[in-house]
Amino acid sequence: MSVESLFPRLEALLPKVQKPIQYVGGELNSTVKDWDEATVRWALMYPDAYEVGLPNQGVQILYEILNELPETMAERTYAVWPDLEALMRSEGVPQFTVDAHRPVRAFDVLGVSFSTELGYTNLLTALDLAGIPLDAVARTDDDPIVLAGGHAAFNPEPIADFLDAAVLGDGEQIAIAISEVIREWKGEGAPGGRDELLMRLASTGGVYVPKFYDVEYHPDGRIKRVAPNRSGVPSRVFKHTVMDLDEWPYPKKPLVPLAETVHERFSVEIFRGCTRGCRFCQAGMITRPVRERSITTIGDMVEAGLKESGFSEVGLLSLSSADHSEIGEVAKGLADRYEGTQTGLSLPSTRVDAFNIDLANEFSRNGRRSGLTFAPEGGSERMRKVINKMVTEEDLIRTVTTAYSQGWRQVKLYFMCGLPTEEDIDVLGIADLAKKVIKAGREATGSRDVRCTVSIGGFVPKPHTPFQWAAQCDHETVDRRLRELRNSLRGDKEYGKAIGYRYHDGKPSIVEGLLSRGDRRVGSVIRAVWEDGGRFDGWSEHFSYERWMTAAERVFSGGSVDVDWYTTREREEHEVLPWDHLDAGLDREWLWQDWQDAVSDVEVEDCRWTPCYDCGVCPTMGTEIQIGPTGKKLLPLTVV
Amino acid sequence: MVQRLRVRYAKRGRLRFTSHRDISRAVERAVRRAGIPVAFSAGFSPHPKISYAGAAPTGVASEAEYLEIGVSRPCDPDRIRADLDVSLPPGLDVLEVIEARAGSLADRLEASVWQLRLPGADVAAAEQAVKEFETADRVEVERLTKKGMRRFDARQAVRSMAVVDDRERTAGQEPGPPCVILRMVVRHETPAVRPDDVLMGLRLVAGFAPPSPPEVTRLAQGPLDATTGEPADPFDVERADGDL
Repeated sequence: MSVESLFPRLEALLPKVQKPIQYVGGELNSTVKDWDEATVRWALMYPDAYEVGLPNQGVQILYEILNELPETMAERTYAVWPDLEALMRSEGVPQFTVDAHRPVRAFDVLGVSFSTELGYTNLLTALDLAGIPLDAVARTDDDPIVLAGGHAAFNPEPIADFLDAAVLGDGEQIAIAISEVIREWKGEGAPGGRDELLMRLASTGGVYVPKFYDVEYHPDGRIKRVAPNRSGVPSRVFKHTVMDLDEWPYPKKPLVPLAETVHERFSVEIFRGCTRGCRFCQAGMITRPVRERSITTIGDMVEAGLKESGFSEVGLLSLSSADHSEIGEVAKGLADRYEGTQTGLSLPSTRVDAFNIDLANEFSRNGRRSGLTFAPEGGSERMRKVINKMVTEEDLIRTVTTAYSQGWRQVKLYFMCGLPTEEDIDVLGIADLAKKVIKAGREATGSRDVRCTVSIGGFVPKPHTPFQWAAQCDHETVDRRLRELRNSLRGDKEYGKAIGYRYHDGKPSIVEGLLSRGDRRVGSVIRAVWEDGGRFDGWSEHFSYERWMTAAERVFSGGSVDVDWYTTREREEHEVLPWDHLDAGLDREWLWQDWQDAVSDVEVEDCRWTPCYDCGVCPTMGTEIQIGPTGKKLLPLTVV
Repeated sequence: MVQRLRVRYAKRGRLRFTSHRDISRAVERAVRRAGIPVAFSAGFSPHPKISYAGAAPTGVASEAEYLEIGVSRPCDPDRIRADLDVSLPPGLDVLEVIEARAGSLADRLEASVWQLRLPGADVAAAEQAVKEFETADRVEVERLTKKGMRRFDARQAVRSMAVVDDRERTAGQEPGPPCVILRMVVRHETPAVRPDDVLMGLRLVAGFAPPSPPEVTRLAQGPLDATTGEPADPFDVERADGDL
């Protein structure tokens, strides 16, 4: 049975909406396969606006891998803005894919990638527009399997009601494995309907099906236990790890949009995982171990990607890019290859040390030296020990002095507010640090033309980190500290004008905290917010704290839990956490020990260069660190 | 920069929803993919030397859009036409490339021919509205711009306007729903009078209001020929020079 394109009906609505180009598809390197020739059909969603969702690496990688499989096809869908949503509702146009404008409900799987929890309300909009029941248990064999992935899927409990399944970790291999299970099941005539399919997926231990698990609670609101409610379902679900990134050199053909998006560049992941051990960083904890892509594969991917896309900028992505064992050679090799071609190279997520400046110099060889970014994260030496961000004040001053004296005029410094054990003085320490940075910069350059911007955000404790037990700081305290920091910076006659200050208020962090560490009971709050019109919670112009608090109060009234219980309450060691049955490989006892070390200012080294400290990932997941050096170099490209 | 190439391209089908900025990004990338030796401006942040003349509004299709590329070594225009066309997404189609001679391309684009398909509109009502519009001296319309609501005359810029035969109904085998096609020649003025401004004018003078949004296509633009009242081909200068 073929499926008709919704485009003619959509087209009539497009003249009436903002930025209609985002809905028409047709991107360079996009793929439209024959519906009838595929057995397994995926709709991949990034639950935010197209301009944010299109550049997402996870979606682009899975899109390409799935479309390379015979009998399998993948199309993409994104959150539509409220102007189009209203028109789609009044004209009865359902949620569509941008590739061939097919209705999302016609696909076998709706795979949704959650980088952040703030996309949850957009999931509900998409399901509702698609005509898919919000409640997983109300779905029929005519509805797709709604499957979540991405970092937020490491605690999918707040959206458990709306999901059929979730997967943890790297998607490349598990997406193929799931396609194979679906292909076989459909080949047999889809015996037992969707429940049998879900059972086949769940029994592997690599796909979490929330409805096959029951949650019991203590009278005081804590979780008593989470356990499978049928036989054949494993009690724990494990994460997926791609071990050899050279075997998976995706994206090969990056999608090149017509519409403007947030990242206008070709991005190559140079490694996955990070063992720096920053205790606030969920990404660093759940993506272990470190697996490097080799210098030669990086070079090949950059060459092919630029050729396929026409992008003029390359981003080398990872959680801490300067940590690649051959980053110096990568930087030099790429800078040599693309010298004089107006190709920009960028290295986000770097650490605070002088080596970084060498890299940045290499990357800006024939471009401009505008700004460098460093992330000390904590304002005081003590705070940085608590979060295990091993940067001393001396390191920072020395690094920025080098940057200024080598021609960089602007330095950006990232910090967090509301960290565990934080006091006013730790945040005010940021002002002292910034002033010292400018003072050192002026001395080093003999000029007053140096600037520094302090950028600060609220800390949110995340699952599967040592801070998963921590009390989140209330927003009143965060806002007060941010205000005092601002006064201290602005009020300074000598340095105030040279220091920029960017911050967000603390309220959104509380909602993020509720969704990050929430359990299944939070699902009703998400639904209530969505019913009340909540959309695009990651956008300050759409986000409403009051809407979330009103909904939470209504949902939680008369019960034993509330927003504070989920956010500002510290957890005890043995409290069952909502995600305890989801296995990121981290040993719970190690996490607890690391939490205890945090509050006693004890630091932990990186296991790439010091002995293993038993975080548990490698033995549990059967993985190991994969790093170079390979000793290879990038040869010059052949001249055409 | 050793040579300037003038490009005529079309914006068709769903790609009519591209904005001017979308097109300039797509062209810059296509130029890189095609390996065209585009010249760059000097200075702190070099830009490729590509300039655009009078882009059609977002949502409007066009058979006659123009841009100019400065290149750093001499290129064969036909080769560039083929390479650039392959490198652009289908729907942004390169129709003609010619080496620039003297004068500014933008200055030659004095007027446009627009075609408006109005599905579901009534032919007699459209003809009546066009007649009333043409007898009026001034037709004041309003448009929301970035600077707020602006009032301006939409009449004087319209050189000619006519209801043309509905080709789809005569050529098609089965008669479809009624559809009015308006063809108009509009001079480029400041403030610019767009096809939808003229449509608003028709509504104001005669209460003519099509039931669904118009499908607008720019068919041609160029220097206004005083005798025919139609825009001529802006590349006539280059072609004449080439024949010498």
